Amino acid sequence: MSEKLLMKGNEAFAEGTVRAGCRFFAGYPITPQNEVPEYMSWRLPEVGGSFIQAESEVAAINMLYGAAATGIRTMTSSSSPGISLKQEGISYCAGADLPIFYANVARGGPGLGNIAGAQGDYFQSVRGGGHGDYRVFVMAPDSVSEMGNFPLHCYEVAEKYRVPAMILADGILGQMMEPLEFKFETVDPKSLKTPPWALGDCTGRKKRIVRSYDLSEGALEIMTLNRAKRYKEIEEKEVLFEARSCEDAELILVAYGTSARASTAALKMARAQGLKVGLLRPITLWPFPKKKIQELAAKTSSFLVVEMSLGQLVDDVRLAVDGRVPVHLHARPSGAVPTGEEIFAQIQEELKAQKGEYVCY
Amino acid sequence: MAKIEVDETRCKGCELCAAACAKKCIAMSKTFSATGYYPAFLCAPELCSGCGLCAQVCPDLAISVFKEAVR
Amino acid sequence: MLLINPRPESLVDVKMHYCPGCGHGVAHRLVAEAMDELGIRERTIGVAPVGCAVFSDDYFNCDMIQGAHGRGPAIATGLKRTRPDCIVFSYQGDGDLASIGMGETIHSAARGENITIIFINNATYGMTGGQMAPTTLMGQKASTCPLGRDPQVNGYPIKVCELLAQLEGARYLERVSLHTAAHVIKAKKAVKKAFQNQVDGKGFSLVEILSTCPTNMGISPLEATKFIADKMLAQYPLGVYKGAEGGKIDVSRN
Repeated sequence: MSEKLLMKGNEAFAEGTVRAGCRFFAGYPITPQNEVPEYMSWRLPEVGGSFIQAESEVAAINMLYGAAATGIRTMTSSSSPGISLKQEGISYCAGADLPIFYANVARGGPGLGNIAGAQGDYFQSVRGGGHGDYRVFVMAPDSVSEMGNFPLHCYEVAEKYRVPAMILADGILGQMMEPLEFKFETVDPKSLKTPPWALGDCTGRKKRIVRSYDLSEGALEIMTLNRAKRYKEIEEKEVLFEARSCEDAELILVAYGTSARASTAALKMARAQGLKVGLLRPITLWPFPKKKIQELAAKTSSFLVVEMSLGQLVDDVRLAVDGRVPVHLHARPSGAVPTGEEIFAQIQEELKAQKGEYVCY
Repeated sequence: MAKIEVDETRCKGCELCAAACAKKCIAMSKTFSATGYYPAFLCAPELCSGCGLCAQVCPDLAISVFKEAVR
Repeated sequence: MLLINPRPESLVDVKMHYCPGCGHGVAHRLVAEAMDELGIRERTIGVAPVGCAVFSDDYFNCDMIQGAHGRGPAIATGLKRTRPDCIVFSYQGDGDLASIGMGETIHSAARGENITIIFINNATYGMTGGQMAPTTLMGQKASTCPLGRDPQVNGYPIKVCELLAQLEGARYLERVSLHTAAHVIKAKKAVKKAFQNQVDGKGFSLVEILSTCPTNMGISPLEATKFIADKMLAQYPLGVYKGAEGGKIDVSRN
């Protein structure tokens, strides 16, 4: 604990999962997340865990499905196209209530796209991603430190509510180096309780079944509604965000991950010029900080959503704001990264329009 | 002395047992079982040797094979 | 008198949903008897496929997991690597194992994964209603090749044991059949060996079981067993393709 380290985001993430008690990894190479499987390939054997380079992302997520069913902490990582391939398996995990954990070190899309950092997988992450009615607990780090420290929280939430959890990062966060400290005690998996649904030795107990189906009349609806109760509890209890300079703000920036870093630069420029600007950074993308945005919408005059996608996060902000104040968008899709300057320029324009005779939506 | 017992609630009348029986001592009932099949039955008990081939091919584990204990 | 064939403890005492004459019931019994005889029921985890045998998670009396179509060997890999003390088997049909899941099949064999695979080859898709399978015979009619399998349009059937025999990682491969009582007794030996190999840590073992689907073939159960004898055996010769006693490949047309 607490020693200062200099690490790449992907390596910090991999080390963070091992320290959080992960003992099984299956993955497939894809840029820009290759450091994760590379790191896990030597690090997991060191702590008695298993690493497998799978034949495909599809196989990798299904290896996780099997490993997670024994009740241990597991992880897989990939980047956008690979995460698309994993969606079926993630849907099965959600349907079988298995608390798996994975990371999307996202890149530009659609299709093969490029290998630059991007945020185009927002909808895929927060709207389920695969088939069926389900949710995934999604955390969005904005630094190497958070890459390393979020996995433990993801495991805890995933296990408490029996849902898949993920980290939505991007190629920039994965590749950049920053100092970090692991701010938690390393978890010894032996200290964790084996969950009451885990498969293994059925000596002295009834057999257990892990499955995502029930074909009997009405049974699946009951299964899904029971799961929805847990989703509701997550929405009530597990929202995380960071609000900066929002108290007196006339315009509030909303951004997560890498675009929150660019927005922070713009926020500083604005405040240096005396402009009343704030920043809301959702840390959990699902559950979304809806209540906080509603609360801010009652006080501020407008929002400016900054995202490295065509306009996905902005939908959730608009749903929360519900027409009370204008919600503007600064969108840089497919691997482009907004600069503080360009965001600051739009802040100035929006504030001018806001103070003028007309309202610019 | 040997015999078989067919569980009529499990038998689906597939006839595989009757075909497997070397002694031809299994036949299919002319009347429906409660589950709607024509179940197999031991039609010539005196011929049954308890060889168990019928049970080997029964997909529904509906046949119990009994034999006199040999000392 | 003495009951000589008690129901295996490894099979839950419930009525199975399979159609009359379907081979799954016999195959289930063979797996369950192997588990009983090796005394491994308590530490066995089974993977149920997508297909008719999806409900086998209710039938086998051990911990079970039901997974995505074709991914049984990947799921089994995750289980086995995490719980090497457990015995892990994957039960799969031909569409599951040889079509959508061929990648997982080949790679788990190539890795020499210490798992057991029970592969039911009945030359059709049962659950979905008799579509063409990767193992459907030339000329055999199916709901998606109504005029019979035509190599110009549908290509050729896949011989799984022959294919996997090329892989160094595959330890034991045998093709057996269920069309007569004598063949069932032989099949039992192969199934048991596939589990014994895992207990002994020998690695990847797969038993291909030629089986029947009378419903989707549109024929009686007896005609279906005749279909195996007359047609399937010619395309899929029975025998040990890898891991025979004495290390010799032993393929006999019976």
